[in-house]
Amino acid sequence: MELNKINKLLEKYDNGTTTLQEEQQLKRYFSQETVPPHLESYKAMFAYFSANEKEQFTKDVPLTPKRNNTFYIKWISVAAVAVLLIGVFFKSNVFVQEDLGTYDDPEMAYNEVVKSLEMISSNFNKGAKKVNYLNAFNQGISKVDYLNEMDNTTRLIFKK
Amino acid sequence: MNQKEFLNIVMPFKDKVFRLAKRLLVSTEEAEDATQEILLKLWSNKSKITKYNNVEAFSMTMTKNFCLDKLKSKQAQNLKIVHSNYQDHKVSLQKELEANDSVNWVAKIIEALPEQQKMVVQLRDIEQYDYDEIAKMLNMNNTAVRVALSRARKTIREQLTNTHNYGIK
Repeated sequence: MELNKINKLLEKYDNGTTTLQEEQQLKRYFSQETVPPHLESYKAMFAYFSANEKEQFTKDVPLTPKRNNTFYIKWISVAAVAVLLIGVFFKSNVFVQEDLGTYDDPEMAYNEVVKSLEMISSNFNKGAKKVNYLNAFNQGISKVDYLNEMDNTTRLIFKK
Repeated sequence: MNQKEFLNIVMPFKDKVFRLAKRLLVSTEEAEDATQEILLKLWSNKSKITKYNNVEAFSMTMTKNFCLDKLKSKQAQNLKIVHSNYQDHKVSLQKELEANDSVNWVAKIIEALPEQQKMVVQLRDIEQYDYDEIAKMLNMNNTAVRVALSRARKTIREQLTNTHNYGIK
């Protein structure tokens, strides 16, 4: 292609009025090894553009893994809720079984109550007996009070 | 729509999505994440995909919005700058070094352009969409696209000539 035509095309190119075909022509022209020195800057531009056209997206298109993730999370949460519900259900069953039964005959009920109250009082008395030992402790403390008197005497001695 | 049909629709333009994302986000990793995110969004809306009359243009608009949001958000503060590897153009070593150098300069200059001009250059000079498509994708009118493109091209070339004459003048 003669230089004249190229120059005209380049002017159009700079003004943004070239068609795609004309740009292809320019690109082809500048892909040759030697261009006139005043057009070197265009050569660099077109070289850069053609080099960039070839860059590719090499990573995988991740369509399945992402969907699987949310899918699993959904079902795991459903499972967790199910486990919780089962737990609560069995727990409440245990409470229901804590029914201890009643007596139909009032006299028998009275006897039973007396028996359990007696057991409580005897055990209480046993405990109270043990507490009596505290008195001995109090006696010990009153003996220790004599030490105060000894203190008094020593003070008198050192004063003089 | 099953996965295979979806991939058939998406595969032809996934690279374009990636390159636009990379143009805006600069870092390859960020662009990869963005691309995956966009493909996933498309996948989760796959029932509506047949209703769009141009899935590709729609995805490019999505990419644009997604990346601009990303740039605005605080995450953008730890973006990395990574340069891409350029192809061998079968020129002599000396020439190749020089060319590579100025090609690197082009990358740097484009990186410094305003976002809108970056996108226009990307969509026109690299992806070769026509003006109407670009206007639709970027939600601009046709003339605005041309103006932005012309400005971007002139800036790139001016700055290139400046750097080249640096040692001479």
